[in-house]
Amino acid sequence: MFEIVDVEVASIFGMNHVKIEEQVTGIVGQSGSGKSTFLRLLNNLDTPSKGNIYYNDRSLVDIDPIKLRQKVVMVPQTPVIFDGTIYDNLVIGHEFCGQRSPQEKELQEMLQMLQLDKDLYINASELSGGEKQRLALGRVLLMDTAEVYLLDEPSSALDDKTAEHVLGKVIDFSKNHDKQLIMVTHDQDLAKKYADKLIKMDMYSYNVEGEKV
Amino acid sequence: MAGCFRYLFILVVLAIVHIKKIPRKKLIIISTLRMTLQLILVGYILIYIFDHPHPLLTVGIILFMLGFAIFNVYQRTKATIQLPLKKMIALAMVIGISISLTYMMLIVLQLDPWYDPRIFIPIGGMIIGKTMTGVALGVNNLIHGMRDQKDKVEGALMLGASPKQAAKSIINEAFDSAMLPTINAMVGMGIVFLPGMMTGQIIAGQQPVTAVKYQIAVMLGVAGTVSITVLIFLHLAYKSFFNEQKQFLLSKRNPSKGDKPVEFH
Repeated sequence: MFEIVDVEVASIFGMNHVKIEEQVTGIVGQSGSGKSTFLRLLNNLDTPSKGNIYYNDRSLVDIDPIKLRQKVVMVPQTPVIFDGTIYDNLVIGHEFCGQRSPQEKELQEMLQMLQLDKDLYINASELSGGEKQRLALGRVLLMDTAEVYLLDEPSSALDDKTAEHVLGKVIDFSKNHDKQLIMVTHDQDLAKKYADKLIKMDMYSYNVEGEKV
Repeated sequence: MAGCFRYLFILVVLAIVHIKKIPRKKLIIISTLRMTLQLILVGYILIYIFDHPHPLLTVGIILFMLGFAIFNVYQRTKATIQLPLKKMIALAMVIGISISLTYMMLIVLQLDPWYDPRIFIPIGGMIIGKTMTGVALGVNNLIHGMRDQKDKVEGALMLGASPKQAAKSIINEAFDSAMLPTINAMVGMGIVFLPGMMTGQIIAGQQPVTAVKYQIAVMLGVAGTVSITVLIFLHLAYKSFFNEQKQFLLSKRNPSKGDKPVEFH
């Protein structure tokens, strides 16, 4: 659960008091309104100019940032693909966290769930943009340490049909595994369809609030 | 008079550059003059030092060369580096070169007296010079690797990687590129070219086998020093790209003033 208190990012946005405790939260708004920046604050990749962010009642500045990011994992808008095969990319999160890699069967099931019908041992750089995005999503869903998924435009590189399927699966997976999901999207309809709470961000808005859907 | 003929080479270069309209004439003239003056000057300084050997003089010359080499690395970096990174370059070079030179002079070559300027200064100079090239390559590859692969570095952090894990491949690539010239030089040595020091000794009338012995010692010394120094530098320097909150400074959206270790032009 996140709590945002009097947070401001200079010349981008401000939030007086927002709680994020719902299972699925959508962050919507036009480009430049600070949606991605807000997600980066939750992952402690950036620090707000003022104010405090709490995760499970502890201020982010007091939590070991590496431990935090192992629990609050983020997928950026442009998926990051590491050198190596699909397999290497799927288990790299486990390596970073010092955990044992999952069985191949589990990896294959994840790929199937995300409609990524590929051999585990082909080079990941050969994948298309949309396939890379699904690989990046699969990678974080597999991480046992994760408690919260931060997804930045998770379907931006997917066609409408695949996007709907993949997002539906990701949300089902989060709910079934009791994980919290915070998702940035420019598509309000999509957000309304899946999210329990919406945070609407506007350009230079300094009183951003959340609203239940 | 015969000495003047050697400058004919440079006149040929100037003529070619002039005909090809390559705008380098001024630089070629200045560098030729600088080389001539610097070498004449150093020749006289060495005569003085060899006639009056003293530990402080030897150490002083080595420190001067080291200082110059550190400054040269700063200048060869193709981006503006901030003070913390500059300190790490200096620290790594001082530690790496001190350890290697001490070992080289006292244990490998067993100089007597230990500060024998006739051996200490030229060999020290060679090792410092090669290390300078290696470190400059290491610095450039580290900062460009961090810039070019910043999405990967941050992507790793997002998955809970430590800065060290996130920067690992960049550190390894930078080390590799810093070592490559030394490794290539060792491979080609004696077949593709005769190294300068060996050639010098042979011209001066030394037995080739003695020259070879010194050359092997120097090459191994260079390889060791470059690797130790670059390794120290890289393991200190990658940290300056992250802050206490383990945020990657080159990707921050909301950076504080003076936050970035390096500015690109």
